[in-house]
Amino acid sequence: MALTREQLAQRVAQEFHDGYYVNLGIGIPTLAANYIPDDMQVMLQSENGLLGMGQFPLDEEVDADLINAGKQTVTMVPGASIFSSAESFAMIRGGHVDLTVLGAFEVDCQGNIASYMIPGKLIKGMGGAMDLVAGADNIMVTMTHASKSGASKLLAECTLPLTGKGCIKRVLTDLALMDIAEGKFILRERAPGVSVEEIAKLTDGELVIPENVPEMTL
Amino acid sequence: MAGFDKVVTSYTEALEGLEDNMTIIAGGFGLCGIPENLIAEIKRRGTRGLTIASNNAGVDGKGLGILLEDQQIKKMIASYVGENALFEAQMMSGELEVELTPQGTLAEKMRAGGAGIPAFFTATGYGTPVGEGKEVREFNGRHYILEEALVGDFSIAKAWKADRYGNLMFRKTARNFNPMAITAGKIAVVEVEEIVEVGQLDPDEIHLPGIYVNRLIQGTFEKTIEQRTVRSA
Repeated sequence: MALTREQLAQRVAQEFHDGYYVNLGIGIPTLAANYIPDDMQVMLQSENGLLGMGQFPLDEEVDADLINAGKQTVTMVPGASIFSSAESFAMIRGGHVDLTVLGAFEVDCQGNIASYMIPGKLIKGMGGAMDLVAGADNIMVTMTHASKSGASKLLAECTLPLTGKGCIKRVLTDLALMDIAEGKFILRERAPGVSVEEIAKLTDGELVIPENVPEMTL
Repeated sequence: MAGFDKVVTSYTEALEGLEDNMTIIAGGFGLCGIPENLIAEIKRRGTRGLTIASNNAGVDGKGLGILLEDQQIKKMIASYVGENALFEAQMMSGELEVELTPQGTLAEKMRAGGAGIPAFFTATGYGTPVGEGKEVREFNGRHYILEEALVGDFSIAKAWKADRYGNLMFRKTARNFNPMAITAGKIAVVEVEEIVEVGQLDPDEIHLPGIYVNRLIQGTFEKTIEQRTVRSA
């Protein structure tokens, strides 16, 4: 079975380590914040200028001056700090954020990512995504493996305008966890109940299948 | 003698000298920390042909979105322009020119503009449409593109508290692009919630020194929330 949004978030959370500063993109990545293990401290960076983002506020705590990068009202955890957008991207571009998780439309086996624009259709802008993929060393992309019509999104070469070039090394889809190295996808884990053949069929770019591909533990 | 007193008492005075075809750098992220009364004053003045650099372009009927209603904006430099149907319509019809700029690059372009740095190299956007036509240099085996600084004829921004000299404090994530936007404007106009007397702000707690501020005005703010998201107790 393909992973649900919640299961994807649970698998993302397995990438967290104690003491990590993490930037979570809008959507599924944000959900991963609900699965930070109790015995671990993770601090969330929001690129609009907040380190130490907390949960959503209670109704009476809502503050128009305190939002996340998705423009949602949020709170701050003890030990949080506030800074300008320039400072925020200095920490992103300077490689100080330990893990970045974001969504994409397409990823290819050269590590290219397309996530911000479908020409003639969707023009909203890249926001901070280009900075995040260029600045972080440890990036995880979360996405669906294929379109609803069954077209692979893990390609030999991205067809959409790129967000970043050669910067993605790890992709989590609803079917599989893959690393990218030397121009190939390397299958690391399967979603529970999903076969290697099924994954291979929906992966357009060159795929390396190691002898043992374990099921994800969630 | 006004000395260092930056306070003006009307929004008309605050934007005196703003003319058609000028460039404005604006603070704010979404509708958070936007100079909403200064934007309203630009609408009232009817200034046209504007180039505006701001992370976002407001939403329909709010923020910079209201300047689209009378086609006052010629060109928008922004990182994210969703949530705005009128914007999309004007962009698709070609009435409105849009330069999509990565958020960090936009912040740094403003910062550089205010700091007298004409351009800088960044890895952001290399190999993407953003990098097209820009100079590429390799440093330590990595590719970087040359991005030019932004300087505006005016900058408009919002802070929380100021003293009369224009020393500023921001509040929570309403800080965002505001400090850099202010530094990048030849005439920097800032509206705040409260103006206190000189000496009442602790110098150690000033986020942006008044040297960058030309005009200061106290206003009242609507502070629209775009995505009111709450948890239950």
